[in-house]
Amino acid sequence: MMASPPRLARLIQRAAPVLDMLMPMHLWLDLAGGVLQSGPTLEKMVGDGALIGRGVFDVLEIRRPIATSRLDDLLPYAGQRLALGLTSAPDLPLRGTLAVLPSATGYILDISLGLSFARAVREFDLTLSDFSPCDQTVELMYLHEANASTAALSRRLSERLETARAAAEVQALTDPLTGLANRRAMDQAIVEALADRQTVFTVLHIDLDFFKQVNDTLGHAAGDRVLTEVGRILATEVRDADLAARVGGDEFLVLLRDLTDATGVAALAQRLISRIEVPVEHDGHQCRVSASIGSATVAQIDRRPSLDEVLADTDVALYAAKRAGRGRHMQFDDHTLAAPEARRAQDPPSLRAHTEQTKRTPSSGR
Amino acid sequence: MHGMINCALQGFLISTYGSGIWTEVRDQAGLPADGFEAMLRYDDAQTIHCVEAACQVLHKHPNAFLEDVGTWLVTNQRMEPLRRLLRFAGPTFLDFLHSLEELGDRGQLAMPELDLPDLTLHRLDPSSYRLSVRWGLLGAAPVFLGCLRAMADDYGALAFLHLDGIEDGAEWVHIQLLDSAFAEGRSFALGGAAS
Repeated sequence: MMASPPRLARLIQRAAPVLDMLMPMHLWLDLAGGVLQSGPTLEKMVGDGALIGRGVFDVLEIRRPIATSRLDDLLPYAGQRLALGLTSAPDLPLRGTLAVLPSATGYILDISLGLSFARAVREFDLTLSDFSPCDQTVELMYLHEANASTAALSRRLSERLETARAAAEVQALTDPLTGLANRRAMDQAIVEALADRQTVFTVLHIDLDFFKQVNDTLGHAAGDRVLTEVGRILATEVRDADLAARVGGDEFLVLLRDLTDATGVAALAQRLISRIEVPVEHDGHQCRVSASIGSATVAQIDRRPSLDEVLADTDVALYAAKRAGRGRHMQFDDHTLAAPEARRAQDPPSLRAHTEQTKRTPSSGR
Repeated sequence: MHGMINCALQGFLISTYGSGIWTEVRDQAGLPADGFEAMLRYDDAQTIHCVEAACQVLHKHPNAFLEDVGTWLVTNQRMEPLRRLLRFAGPTFLDFLHSLEELGDRGQLAMPELDLPDLTLHRLDPSSYRLSVRWGLLGAAPVFLGCLRAMADDYGALAFLHLDGIEDGAEWVHIQLLDSAFAEGRSFALGGAAS
């Protein structure tokens, strides 16, 4: 039984204010899909005046669960969630559901904003009063903004922590007196160089001669002055890819990447010794020191020594340089110094003796 | 105490009185050298020390100081995101007043650990209300006094508000709403957040 047109018109007139309040984005359709009544927010979004009299598929595109522009196709999906869009704003996905009214009085199609609510609110300039007081879209907008604010706070906190961490890391890898790297940084760099089989390199182990005398006769400030100067010399003599570190009281290590030929290493070592031997003035006194240097080269890509082996090799060479009269450079060489097995077995005690003799700091002993 | 609240105190002091005053307050109260961090938690005592030191340095009564903080929260340009979040509560100042009881839940939607005061609105007659403010620390009522006065202006409403004593373990604010639509108010576009 179909409602007579005048009765239906009266019914719609009486129901419209209630529907507008509860469902401000609804359409009331007749049996043929013509719009009999529409909610104010939906009208605002479509934007070209009253929708009454237009066909539903002229206003909306139905996309899922079935893409259709025939009402009969849609009826089986009454009560289900529909994905749809306005023909006037097709890129904004909306959702809706269709209800069949009793007594052949037509259909109600209610619509909501779905997940693109924030964009929809902006694009259509919707306000608080465009939503039913029960609609949670406004709370979603609130949450959306609140999230953005707190995310910004979290991001700033992370950035500050990252800056602090980076500063702490630089400190942890730097020798505060000379500004050179410290032992940790040097160990790390050598381990990395060993791990990369493309990398060949030489390590210099520098131990100052007569440094103790400077310290004892002219005081710690003079000693520090000498160390700072040596730091400056090393920093200026090495290339960007190299690394110089102070690893003990008057001990330094230099990592020279891609420098493996004995002549080049010897020349550099000799230059370092000459520059270190230039007297440093402190409080009117000339502080004179020299340096002994032992070096070891890792040039083989198939057999990589360990970090400890590399450092032991430089120790052996350094010891040889000291024993040969100080102020000179010796390169580690398996054949000239000792057979590797014999050396590993014999040298530790003699190195220890050497350590005591020259009063090196405990941290330098390996 | 949630760092957000301590940060608000710090932000108010710096933007209103300058970083020199903040440094003085910070040193006197023994606060962290880098200031507060919004995403951390602090001992309540630090918040109390901060307010005490600020009142001493500025020669202000705590109620006056805290009311200024409340006003600043709503009116300062830097705090625009907060003003917007408050305006989501409803289209008129009266709606806003009636939504105050939800403020704690709203706050926790934004920040789950944010512990805001319990607010209850008691209607005396259609234009008079009393708001009870319950919190772990005393002093929330003057903050809300400043905040509500500024929100009334924001909505364009004409309202008189004053502190109304402490009873039943709560601080009270009296609100007389004379005209909901007295002036234009500041704009609030629902989708108007700077993105």
